[in-house]
Amino acid sequence: MLPAIILLAIWMIVPLALTIWYSFQNYNLQIPPPEWGGLINYEFLLTDPDLPRVLKNTLVLVFAPIGVTVVLGTLLALLYDGPFPGRPIARLLVIAPFFVMPTVAALVWKNLILHPVWGLVSWLMKSVGLAPIDWFSTYPMTAIVIIVSWIWTPFTTLILLTSLQSLDREQLEAARMDGARSLATFRYVVLPHLYRPISVVVMLETIFFLAIYAEIYVTTQGGPGTETTNIPFYIFSRALQGFDVGLASAGGLLAVILANIVAFFFIRAIAKQL
Amino acid sequence: MSATKKKRQKLLRAIVGWLVALIMFFPVFWMALAAFKTEQDAAALPPLLFFHPTLENFAEMSERVGYLRHAWNSISVSFISTIFALLLAAPAAYVMAFHGTNRTRAVMLWMLSIRFMPAVGVLIPIYLILVSVRLLDTTFALTVIIGLSNLPLVVWMLYSYFKEVPSEILEAARMDGARPLTQLRYLLVPLTAPGIASTALLSIILAWNESFWAINITATDAGTLALAIASFANSEGLFWAKLSAASLASVAPILIFGWIMQRQLVRGLTFGAVK
Repeated sequence: MLPAIILLAIWMIVPLALTIWYSFQNYNLQIPPPEWGGLINYEFLLTDPDLPRVLKNTLVLVFAPIGVTVVLGTLLALLYDGPFPGRPIARLLVIAPFFVMPTVAALVWKNLILHPVWGLVSWLMKSVGLAPIDWFSTYPMTAIVIIVSWIWTPFTTLILLTSLQSLDREQLEAARMDGARSLATFRYVVLPHLYRPISVVVMLETIFFLAIYAEIYVTTQGGPGTETTNIPFYIFSRALQGFDVGLASAGGLLAVILANIVAFFFIRAIAKQL
Repeated sequence: MSATKKKRQKLLRAIVGWLVALIMFFPVFWMALAAFKTEQDAAALPPLLFFHPTLENFAEMSERVGYLRHAWNSISVSFISTIFALLLAAPAAYVMAFHGTNRTRAVMLWMLSIRFMPAVGVLIPIYLILVSVRLLDTTFALTVIIGLSNLPLVVWMLYSYFKEVPSEILEAARMDGARPLTQLRYLLVPLTAPGIASTALLSIILAWNESFWAINITATDAGTLALAIASFANSEGLFWAKLSAASLASVAPILIFGWIMQRQLVRGLTFGAVK
C-alpha cells in the first residue's frame, strides 16, 4: 500500500504546493527571474475584464451538456431497457461515441458534419432551402455543447441502463397490476430508482466538464474573441501563450477550488456506502 | 395488455431504437467512409454515399500525420502506464481489502479526491519541472503522469474485485504459510483475472484517449495520436480523407476494447457507486 500512497501524495502535494507558491510570484517566463508579488496575480485575475465571460462560459459548458446528456440519456436508457430485435447491436452503436477520443470527435464534427461549406448538416440545410450556418463562428458555444453532449450521452445512457436493469421487475409488475399507467409507473417507481445514479452522473460530469479542453483546442481555440474560453483554456492561453506563470497559477487554483466543491459532494455520497 | 398492442409496441421500440442508434453512430460511420474516399470525393458536393473506395489514405497518412510513430507512442504510453498503475495498485488494493484498518476508508476517499483534481491546477509546475529536468516531450514523462492520474481509479476497481473474494480462502493460504505477495500472485490474481483485465482495459482506454497532457507536454517526439490529430487539424485541415483515415485508425482499436468491456465500464467509471 505504501508505494502507491507515497507516489500519490507526491503527485498531489508537490505540484499543488508549487501552484500556490507561483500564484504569489510575479513571474513571467519571458522576464525572469520570479519575484514576490503578493496578491498581485489574484488582483489581476479578479479584475480581468475577461473573467466574468470565462466563468460564464465555464458554467455554460458544465450545465448545458449535463442537461442534454441527462435528459437524452434517461430516454435512451428507457428505450434500450426494453427488448427488440437486434438490441445488443443497437446498444453497441449508441455507446460508441464515448470511446472516440475528444480530439477526433471535435475534428469530425468540425470538418465533416458542421463545416459551413462541406459539412453534412450544411448540405442538408441547403437541400431544404435554408441558409447554411457557420456554426463555429456564429454559434460556437452551441457547437461545442453538441460535441460534448454527443460524447457523453452514451456515458449517461450506459450508467442509467445498468441501474434500470437492477430495478425490481416484480415491483413494476405490481404497479401495473394496480392499474398504474406507464407515465405514473415511470414517475413513482422508475424515476425514484434512477435518482441516485442520475445524481452520480451529474457530479461526475460536473467534474469532467469543468476540465473541457481538447474539444475547444481543436475547434475554436477559445474564440471568436473569448466566446468559448473556459477556465482550463484561459489558463492555457495565459500560461503557455502569454508566459505568465503567476497569473496562470492563480487561475489554476480557482479551477481546483471549483472542482473540489463538487468533488466534496460526490465523495460524501460515495463514502456513505463504502 | 393485448397481444397486438404488445407487438406494435415492440415494433415501435425497434424502429426508434435502431433510428437513434444509427444517428448516434453516424459521425463515426461518416468518418470511416471518408477514410476510404479520395480527397476529391471527400469534399464532393453533394456528399457521396457511394464511391470507389481507396486504401491510398492509409498508405499516405503515415507520411502526412506521422501515423506510425504516434501510434507507437500511444501504444507504449497506454500499455506501460497501465502496467505501472496495476503494479502499484495491486498491493495497495490487497492491503485495503483484506487488512483494512479504520484508516482505510479515509485513504480510499483521499485517493478518489486526487482523481478529481483538475489537471490545469497542476499544469504549470509540472511543465516547469519537466523543462528543468529536460523531460518535456518524452514518453517517459507522459507515461508516469498518465499512470499516476489513473492510479486512484485502478486501486478502486481492484479493491472492489478483491473484496468479492471470500477472505476464508486467503485465511487458509495464510495458515499454510503463504506470504502476502504469494497470496496475491497465486490466489488473488488468478481468482480475479477477469476483473483485473477489465481494470486494465479501462486504464488503457483512458490513457489512449487522454488529450490534455498530450497536447501540453508533448510535441513531435513523444506526441500520441490524440496530439497528432489535434495538431494536424490545426495546420492542414484540408486533407480530410487522410485525416479521417488517421482518425479511424486511432479510434478503432479503442472502440473494440470499449465494446468488449461495456458491462464492467460502469462500475469503474462511477467508482462502484452504480453497479
